[in-house]
Amino acid sequence: MMNILKKAVKAVVSISVLILIWELFVLTGRFEKSLLPSPAVVFTGIAKMIMDGTLFTNLKVSIARFLAGYLAAALAGVAFGLLLGWNKKVWAFIDPVIQVLRPISPIAWFPFIVLWFGIGDAPAVVIIFIAAFFPILLSTVSGVGNVDAIYMKVADNFGIKQPGLLFKIVFPSAFPHIANGLHLALGSAWVFLVAGEMVGAQSGLGFMIIDARNSLKSDLVLAGIIIIGVLGLLLDRLIRLLENRIKRQWGVISEERN
Amino acid sequence: MFISVSDASREYFFKDKGKTTALHKVNLEIEKGEFICLLGPSGCGKSTLLNLIAGFDKPTSGQVSINGEVVLKPSEDRITIFQNYGLLPWRNVLRNVELGLEAKKIPKKERRRIAEEYIELVGLSAYKNHYPAQLSGGMQQRVALARALAVDPDILLMDEPFGALDAMTRMSMQDEIERLWQEKKKTIIFVTHDIEEAVFLADWIVIMTPSPGRIKSIIKVPLARKRDRTGVDFFKIRDKVFAEFGLKDTVEPDYYL
Repeated sequence: MMNILKKAVKAVVSISVLILIWELFVLTGRFEKSLLPSPAVVFTGIAKMIMDGTLFTNLKVSIARFLAGYLAAALAGVAFGLLLGWNKKVWAFIDPVIQVLRPISPIAWFPFIVLWFGIGDAPAVVIIFIAAFFPILLSTVSGVGNVDAIYMKVADNFGIKQPGLLFKIVFPSAFPHIANGLHLALGSAWVFLVAGEMVGAQSGLGFMIIDARNSLKSDLVLAGIIIIGVLGLLLDRLIRLLENRIKRQWGVISEERN
Repeated sequence: MFISVSDASREYFFKDKGKTTALHKVNLEIEKGEFICLLGPSGCGKSTLLNLIAGFDKPTSGQVSINGEVVLKPSEDRITIFQNYGLLPWRNVLRNVELGLEAKKIPKKERRRIAEEYIELVGLSAYKNHYPAQLSGGMQQRVALARALAVDPDILLMDEPFGALDAMTRMSMQDEIERLWQEKKKTIIFVTHDIEEAVFLADWIVIMTPSPGRIKSIIKVPLARKRDRTGVDFFKIRDKVFAEFGLKDTVEPDYYL
């Protein structure tokens, strides 16, 4: 409990200092209002967005897209990861292709995504899928590849055969790896949610920023950026909580360490 | 003969360095219900021999047979207990003990009953819902024992099972395994490098020496159970084993204090 309190105090202090520096820059009067809006104006903007419902409407749309893309990526990434991690020979052929595809920013696919999937929700969902898929796939493959030899020996000894071997031994043993991949993927998917909505959508958090820019409201642009940051942080904490609970259950981290 | 190892060798071949012989022409006969200790320093092939009997590995020449059948693969009739327990950390004690019963397609209720019976046998009923990470090393090895015994194997193969435990816990685990052996009438082959452990537990001590791994001699331990670790007879056998390894000073001192 004291730990949480100490952490919270530190967070409040560092954020306060950041806002103070920001305010000082504004007070020097050397920056145009539209180039650097003051904290007060931006927070009023945030309050306005919350009050008139724009934030909530756009947030709902974004979260729905995010969940669709992320959950699809999680299912596909884990399923393919288990199959490919198990079939090392097949993986040897697939791996080079993955290594070429992985470094490509999902945004680079945008022209094709629009051609193939049209406009509306689909492009953002596809971009989130691409962003989340690779970390989940790769961590699942590596998790399956790192199953402790002793578990396989035990399974062999007790006569555990497929599909029991996959579901009782391989998947649970790889699960901490997979949970870590899901965590990583969440971060990159959130980054690309906004990017996807900035280029293709007519609603959502990313669109909210582009819309504010188009009407030259820099205070609302900054307000949107801050909201995205805070939501990203909350999302990360949420999945970290889940990940740690899973790891404790799995005995990967011990009770005492917390 | 129940377990019969005849002329079994295990060689490892390397691309550039030729081969090493982990086990060289080993012959061993074991009767049903015997407690055998394979004793020797590291590299003497005792774990290799155990792996051949378990069926995790195959001899490069010679063979291992049990009840007249050549061992080709692992079987739930002979369960191996490992030094690092091999418990599944994502399952609690009960579900760990049920693992082998699931593979035997025993119905859920029956499975639970058998698992609870064996958890009781190793004295861990109060911990059946705990996870391995919450248990001490000795308790984890008891769980591994319960899991092995639950599938009712003929043979228990133990690969330095108490090697990771402290001296006190080791002794209580030795008492425990002797009790379980007498109660359940299993054949046990027990690998160790601890001479006192071997003298305390074994009907026969198989003394092995390294490079190449082979059996040097087999010593009978004719002591009544439960053995007294501080008794004179115990020390006599222990000295004999020390002498086999050349660890006993043969020069008698001129005087005693």
